[in-house]
Order: sequence, then C-alpha cells, then structure tokens
Amino acid sequence: MSRQRLVSLLLGVFILPALTGCGINNIPTYDEAVKAAWSQVLNQYQRRADLVPNLVNTVKGFADQEKEVLTAVTEARAKVSQMTLSADILSNPQAFQAFQQNQGALSSALSRLMVVVERYPELKSNQNFLSLQSQLEGTENRIAVARRDYITAVQRYNTELRTIPGRWWAALLYPEMEQRENFRADESVMQTPEVNFQD
Amino acid sequence: MLRLIGPGLIWMTLLLALPLQAAPTFPTLSGRVVDQAGLLTPTTQKELTTRLQQHEDSTGNQVVVVTLNSLQGDEIADYGYQLGRHWGIGQQGRDNGVLLIVAPNEHKVRIEVGYGLEGTLTDALSKNIIETIITPRFKQGDMEGGIREGALAILAAIEGTYTPQQRNRRDTSDGYNFFGSAVFLALIFGGVVRKYIGNRFLASVVMGGIAWLIGFLLFSMAIGFFAGIAVFLIGLLSAIGDGGGSGGLRGNRYYGSGYYGSGDSSGGSFSGGFSGGGGSFGGGGASGGW
Repeated sequence: MSRQRLVSLLLGVFILPALTGCGINNIPTYDEAVKAAWSQVLNQYQRRADLVPNLVNTVKGFADQEKEVLTAVTEARAKVSQMTLSADILSNPQAFQAFQQNQGALSSALSRLMVVVERYPELKSNQNFLSLQSQLEGTENRIAVARRDYITAVQRYNTELRTIPGRWWAALLYPEMEQRENFRADESVMQTPEVNFQD
Repeated sequence: MLRLIGPGLIWMTLLLALPLQAAPTFPTLSGRVVDQAGLLTPTTQKELTTRLQQHEDSTGNQVVVVTLNSLQGDEIADYGYQLGRHWGIGQQGRDNGVLLIVAPNEHKVRIEVGYGLEGTLTDALSKNIIETIITPRFKQGDMEGGIREGALAILAAIEGTYTPQQRNRRDTSDGYNFFGSAVFLALIFGGVVRKYIGNRFLASVVMGGIAWLIGFLLFSMAIGFFAGIAVFLIGLLSAIGDGGGSGGLRGNRYYGSGYYGSGDSSGGSFSGGFSGGGGSFGGGGASGGW
C-alpha cells in the first residue's frame, strides 16, 4: 500500500466523520429542509386554489348578485394558477415577492367573499357550502403552518450560511449556495410605515 | 449615521420579536386524557382512556383528549398543532394522531388532525362534529358530555361509522327532546295515577290529558297535543305504572349511545406509560367556539 493511499484511507476513516460532526453537512441538509418546507407551502396553496372554483360556483347559486366579489376571487385565483414559478424563486427577491403578492391577493379576495356570504342565511345553511367553508378554513390554517415551518427552515439555513463555521464551509465547499427568501407578514395585516434611512 | 442605525433597528426589532414567537409551554402528556382544566370526572376519564386505547390497539391511531387552562394568548389552531408536534402524537411516518383540545376559559374547541388522518377525518367532518355534537352540549354547560361524545364521534369518524348531522335541523331535534320530556313526565305522573284509577282506559285518558297539559305549559300547544296522544296510546297498549317506563325515550338522538361500553370493567389496564409515537401535524382539522 502506497503512502498516498494510506493517507487517503486515514482521511476517510478518521477525518471525514470528524468533519461531519463539525457541521460540514449542515448547509446541504438545511437546504433540503428549506426545499421540503417550500414544497409543502406550494402544496397547500395549490390545495386552496383547487377549492376556489367549487366554492365560487356554490356561492353563485345563492348570491349571484355579488358579482364584484366573485369576480375578484376568480381573477385572483386565475393569477395564482397562471404564475410560472421559476426554479430560482427562493433566491430571487422579486419573484418571491410577486408570488407572495398574488397569493395575498387571493387571500384577501377570499376573506371578503366570506364576509359577504354572511348576508345569505340560505347559503349559510347549505351543507355543501358549509363543507367547503370548513375546508377553506382548514386550508388557510395549513397554509399558515406551512409558511411558519418554511420561515423556521429558512431562518436556520440562512443563519448557518452567515455564522462562522457554516460560513467557512460555504466559502470552501458550497460557493453556489445563496441566502433564501423568507415570508414577511402580509402587507394588508401589518402596515409598516415607510421609513427612508438613505439620506 | 442613520445608515448604521437603520439596519440596527431592524435587527433589534427582529430579535425582540423572536421570543414572542417562541413556542408556548405545554402540559405534560400524562395519558390519553390530559384534563388540565378539570372538566372530567375520573369515571369519564377512565372510560375515554379505555376507548382511546382500544382504538389505538386496533388501528394504530393515537387520539388524545386535552383540556387546557389557558391558550397563553395563542389562537387555538396555532397552539394545537404545536402541542401535537411537541407531544409527537401519532406514529412516526404515519402521522396518524388526533387531538381534541378544549379551552374552557377561551371558549374554544379544536380537533387537530395529523397529516395521515386528514383524508378520513376531514376538515368538514371535524367541523361537523364540533358544531353538531360538541358545542351544543357546551352551550348547555355540559362540558363533560360534549367532550365524551365529541371524542367518541372522532373515533367513529376515523372508523368510518360517523354520519354527519345536519346542522340546521337542531331545532327539530330539540323539539323531539321537549316532546320526549313531556311524555316522560306524563309517564311518571301516570304511574301514580294508575295506582288510584283501576280502569286502564280511564287512566290512559287522564295521563294523556296530563301530558297535554305539561307539554302545553312547558313548551307549546303542538308538543302538548302530540305528547298527550302518545301517552294515551302508550297507556292503552301497555301496563304502565307497574314499572318505570322511562327507558327508550332518551339517548337515541345521537349515533352512539351504546357505543362506549361500560368503561369500568377494563379500567386499570392502562395507567401511565402512554407516549406519543413521533407523529407530526400540519394544521388539519377544524376549530369552533361557544
């Protein structure tokens, strides 16, 4: 056995396991967690989008005169499903924000619809509608959970990229890894005052 | 200078916000029924524990009933899935856990469903159980009954034997209940009347009249009328007064009165030792309030 092979063997047996202990694998591991969390977010948003046509049709049967709200929901839904999600959406702030905006528009259109239907007691006692309503509630809740999981995953990943051992590993081994975009609280929910610190 | 302060302020607010988002504290998982708010009698706890355990033995699903003193300022939906994950209810990989969470102080109830059971215990079914079985009882102050029937309905739903109740038919079922009560009261009086009047026909007429009067006074003309006729017929067709005729009038409103076997017999087979299997939750289920 040549000296070189011995060295690489030693490296394999002793040094690599030691390295995994000090976080050499953290970045790819956390990256995968971010991707999985993101899939779950998309999955739940998709589930909501799938519910909308049925919901709109049911409401139409009882409250056809609420055209404005119904159209708003339909249009917001169309926008959401026409969105093409680029592969780099997680590291592209513009694309990510566009995604969030479109989904947010659907959220607010849907919540307006749910306010409007309060005026139709017949609709509110319709079993089909009640079932759809509870599914929508459940889906909104799932979206909230998926988003929170995603936020946690990204936070962990981004922190690893920016803090010391991870930062070195990234520079050394994973130079292509980028910071991931994270959700921000809905603009409609939290109106943050615009402050310009530039000058 | 502002250039430096700006990002600094943002980071500081982020840091300050972090502890607020941190997980709330959770009660310890002391068994399948965690009655922190003290709403359940030991008998019911035992009965439920037995049923829940039987269910896990046969299906592997972990169903846990929990009552809470406080939601610590959280929405019940936010608290619920975190509690489920914290305890790891359901088997790892199958995520087949369900929590029935009752927060009496916030007047909130939630059925939290693990990923793996979202297909059978759907949001719509969960909502239906909450609105037709749990909250009507809670509104009448029957916390224990609501929790017990709710938990059993959850099991029935998972096992596929739960039929959703119509929400807007509650009025008629209340009518049935009034009707039942009127008949019931009349039968009790009837027993007394029958002792003094030997003739069965005469006794039935008197009892029918009493039922009518009770129904009319307590509820409405129509209920009194039907209760009167019913009691008259019952009186004619059977020899009431020889024994209590109260059976069969109550308890058939819901699917599963005979569903929970007497829990006493097998109590004690389970004590402690229960732990979550590592299941996870993704926000499925439904919430309600009363």
